Amino acid sequence: MLFELEEVTYSRGGNVVLRDVSARLPVGASSLLGPSGSGKSTLLRLLNRLADPDAGRVIYEGRDVREYDPLALRREVSLVPQLPALIDGTVHDNVAYGPRLAGRSFNARTCLELAGLDPTIEDRDAAKLSVGEQQRVMLARAIALEPRVLLLDEPTSALDQAARDAVEGTLGRLRARTAISLVVVTHDVAQARRIADHVARIDAGRVIAQGPAAELLPEPPEPELATAEDAT
Amino acid sequence: MTVPLAASSSSIHVTLGEVAAALALVAIAAIASRAWHAGLEEDIGVAVVRSFLQLTAIGYVITVIFDENSAFLVLALISVMVVFGAFTARHRAQQVPNAFWPLLASLGVAAAATLGLVLGLGIFEATPRYVVPVGGMVVGNSMTAAAVALNRLGEDVHDQSRRIEATLALGATSSQAVTPLVRRSLRSGMITLVDSTKTTGLIFFPGTMVGMLLAGADPTDAVRLQLILLYVLLGAVSIAALMAITLARRNFFTPAHQLREPPEP
Repeated sequence: MLFELEEVTYSRGGNVVLRDVSARLPVGASSLLGPSGSGKSTLLRLLNRLADPDAGRVIYEGRDVREYDPLALRREVSLVPQLPALIDGTVHDNVAYGPRLAGRSFNARTCLELAGLDPTIEDRDAAKLSVGEQQRVMLARAIALEPRVLLLDEPTSALDQAARDAVEGTLGRLRARTAISLVVVTHDVAQARRIADHVARIDAGRVIAQGPAAELLPEPPEPELATAEDAT
Repeated sequence: MTVPLAASSSSIHVTLGEVAAALALVAIAAIASRAWHAGLEEDIGVAVVRSFLQLTAIGYVITVIFDENSAFLVLALISVMVVFGAFTARHRAQQVPNAFWPLLASLGVAAAATLGLVLGLGIFEATPRYVVPVGGMVVGNSMTAAAVALNRLGEDVHDQSRRIEATLALGATSSQAVTPLVRRSLRSGMITLVDSTKTTGLIFFPGTMVGMLLAGADPTDAVRLQLILLYVLLGAVSIAALMAITLARRNFFTPAHQLREPPEP
């Protein structure tokens, strides 16, 4: 099992965001699926110790995440946040950021290609890219660390449909070319169905269902139903 | 070099009547505030009363310290200034968790280092007449610089929490994640004094020089003493701002390099 959460509770500013959450996320592609404000982004941040739970345990490959060096854990389990948050400088500066801190070699052009970007943008000012391009630079700089797990928080929420399709295609190719596991936070049932093998449905800080995507999110018989379901 | 300040500054006597006459200018400020509904009349009144009481009190304290010529009393006075300075600066840096201790340490070290250096190099005599006023200026300027620097740091960490957390997520340490902000905060803390040092003599006459000229000192001595103080203050504010930032930046994070106040999801 890649991740196991045991009765995890997390509060923020006096509000309970996650309540006694227990979940298992296997190797491969998992989705944390739920409406906005359900606590799924918070849960994602617990997986690489950007935050620690108030109670309960988060286990990565059989060990409590608190037993790992947090910096090493974050290089192995890398998180791409929902909104682009690039450092000042070029696209190359951004892709180089993580590997330089870790003293590792990297190939910026390969990372950009893997993230579905034209490698010739390497020397452009990152702040002048479109939001869709910035989001993919965020993906490229996480890939540059060669993580074993990518945590993706609503990776396409800021994108139009074409860019969304490109990012989803990128994630599919990435899985095919590397042995990487994905944990994708999304509110979009259809996207969870397209990306994930395993799904944990979250609502109001609790896991309400979990299991293989094919069982939990069966293909709708008619397109109209899919539309209605997507709107939830 | 020892500036013969004591020899030339005792030739002026200011009466309370002359101080009271200067209040005419304060009346103009109060009238302007009333006319433009700026709502500052009460603050101006408080400022006048507080400045009178505080300076009169410190005047008596300094007189006692000068008469006693006691190193212990000098040290006690500067220590009190450092503690009050840290309390005052803390209010300016409310977005910085537990800002008091970094401020206390930075003001204390800035005062000790700069006073130690100017006394060690023989720039000033180790007597209360030099150490008390210079110490007051060092602590006051250090307080302002540290407060401005931490205020800027607190605002930047709050405004850029997403970017900071995104770099933590790539394996950056908390120190590495705030490095770009540290540069800006240090600059904010020091820029006022650096700019005023650049323009001194052209756009304004600094206070010490004005005070010495009014007291009848030779202009060359007044200029040289002012230059010494400006250079001493540049050193002091850089120590205070840098140390306050270095110590306070840790307070935004847990030991596991997590933001204590992460961005809203």
